[in-house]
Amino acid sequence: MSTLLAAAGSLEPAARSYLSPTGQEIVFLLVGVLVLGAAVVSVTTRQLVHAALWLVVALGGLAVEFLLLTAEFVAWVQVLVYLGSVVVLVLFGLMLTRAPIGRSPEADSGNRPAALAVGAASAATLVTLVVDAFRSSWIDLSGAAGTTRLTGEYLFSHWVLPFEALSVLLLAALVGAIVLSRSKDGGTDARPRAGKLRTGRPSAAPTKPKER
Amino acid sequence: MNLLDTLLRCVGTLVAFLVLPLVVGQTEHKVMAHMQGRLGPMYAGGFHGWAQLVADGVKFVQKENVVPAGADRRVFQLAPAVALLPYLLVLLVIPVGPDGMVGQVVDAGIFFVLAVMGIGVLGSLMAGWASANKFSLLGALRTAAQLMSYELPMLLAAASVAMAAGTVSLPGIVDAFHWWWVPWQLIGAFVFFTAGLAELQRPPFDMPVADSEIIFGAFTEYTGLRFALFLLSEYAGIVVLCGLTTVLFLGGWHGPFEDDLGWLWTLVKTFALAFVVLWLRVTYPRLREDQLMRFAWTVLIPLALAQLALTGIIKVAIS
Repeated sequence: MSTLLAAAGSLEPAARSYLSPTGQEIVFLLVGVLVLGAAVVSVTTRQLVHAALWLVVALGGLAVEFLLLTAEFVAWVQVLVYLGSVVVLVLFGLMLTRAPIGRSPEADSGNRPAALAVGAASAATLVTLVVDAFRSSWIDLSGAAGTTRLTGEYLFSHWVLPFEALSVLLLAALVGAIVLSRSKDGGTDARPRAGKLRTGRPSAAPTKPKER
Repeated sequence: MNLLDTLLRCVGTLVAFLVLPLVVGQTEHKVMAHMQGRLGPMYAGGFHGWAQLVADGVKFVQKENVVPAGADRRVFQLAPAVALLPYLLVLLVIPVGPDGMVGQVVDAGIFFVLAVMGIGVLGSLMAGWASANKFSLLGALRTAAQLMSYELPMLLAAASVAMAAGTVSLPGIVDAFHWWWVPWQLIGAFVFFTAGLAELQRPPFDMPVADSEIIFGAFTEYTGLRFALFLLSEYAGIVVLCGLTTVLFLGGWHGPFEDDLGWLWTLVKTFALAFVVLWLRVTYPRLREDQLMRFAWTVLIPLALAQLALTGIIKVAIS
């Protein structure tokens, strides 16, 4: 902890008043309200693709919050991974399966109360945790607390084990996805092989029994 | 940095954003024409049709802005802005010359650039879905499928340069450049440039807008100014990609008389790469989506990993 905290200033309860917020704090709160609003709309809207697009607003707002906390590197990674990849994959999945323009009431599974309960419970847990952990402590952001260099040093000197554990977890997920996507029957049906132009008869005609 | 300085930098970036893509577009008209034994535009503006794209722009503004009856109006109208604005933001952080000749120095420049460029894909997806047209939807699907091919090799190639320079800031990378980086990072440059072509949907990777198959992909239903904005985003993308390749792999403003003419070197290198982009369009036929996927995962990613290993070995050897 010492590296980050030394750069970020003390965690002592400072003699600062919550009644005279700085401009940065006001913007932080406003963006927070925006993120919350976008998130709520995202789970309540009845249009599937709109939900994904509101998710873009919510996640982008989170990146802005990271920026306001001077964690620049984390903010860009948030944009790269969540906006650029995850949401695009969500949209891709929606378009591949079913994404009509307009409302899609059949997408409602009736689990609304259960989801609400789970969401409220986890939100309450997290809010309690954060409030209890930091209470009235004050982190001074004027230093270079969130630069790429400091984030990297901190990550690879204090948090190497969780970092590597996460890597193994992601690798396991990757291998699992490959295993799941392999067909179980061993591929006896003739499928066109990717990347090669097939001349001659169309692939509907039964050709060689097994290509790979 | 005072207010006037900030304002000047923003205006300078905006002017570059509005002028350079048009120059690339006009060059494309002329280069394609001469490579195909034609003359290209010759009348607009008098001298070799230099004002052709200005005339095109005026024509686009005059046309009616049609929104299809079945479309999702708001998403449909928002899509061009989502496609275009990321490139403006990226242009802001590309260093042009020495001594702070850059719109804004960003600490994690490479990450910023790659992250923001990735958002442009959302514009195509929104356009394709909201048009309520099966060709548009197919184009959007192809755009998203293409993303899975190019994003990883592009990141790996950029990571190799960051490793060589020991920094992720774009001006820092140009500062650390030596001439022998060009042969050292040659494979990475090839991977980055090729993956970038796939990101811009330029031939030979223009499957998402393949006009002989799906009309104009996600942009089929667009008319007037919004269509022009999509076209502008494609050419701004060429400028951004070539500028980035210049900065990362070709040494940016380094060259003879770099203290005075650094900005000129950046521009010259950028336009030389842009010429290659246009050249490839005239030379190669369009690939299929699965061929690009195969190419990316069996050629580009192994090459990028090999480059990463090579960078690491040499970095350790010289330190």
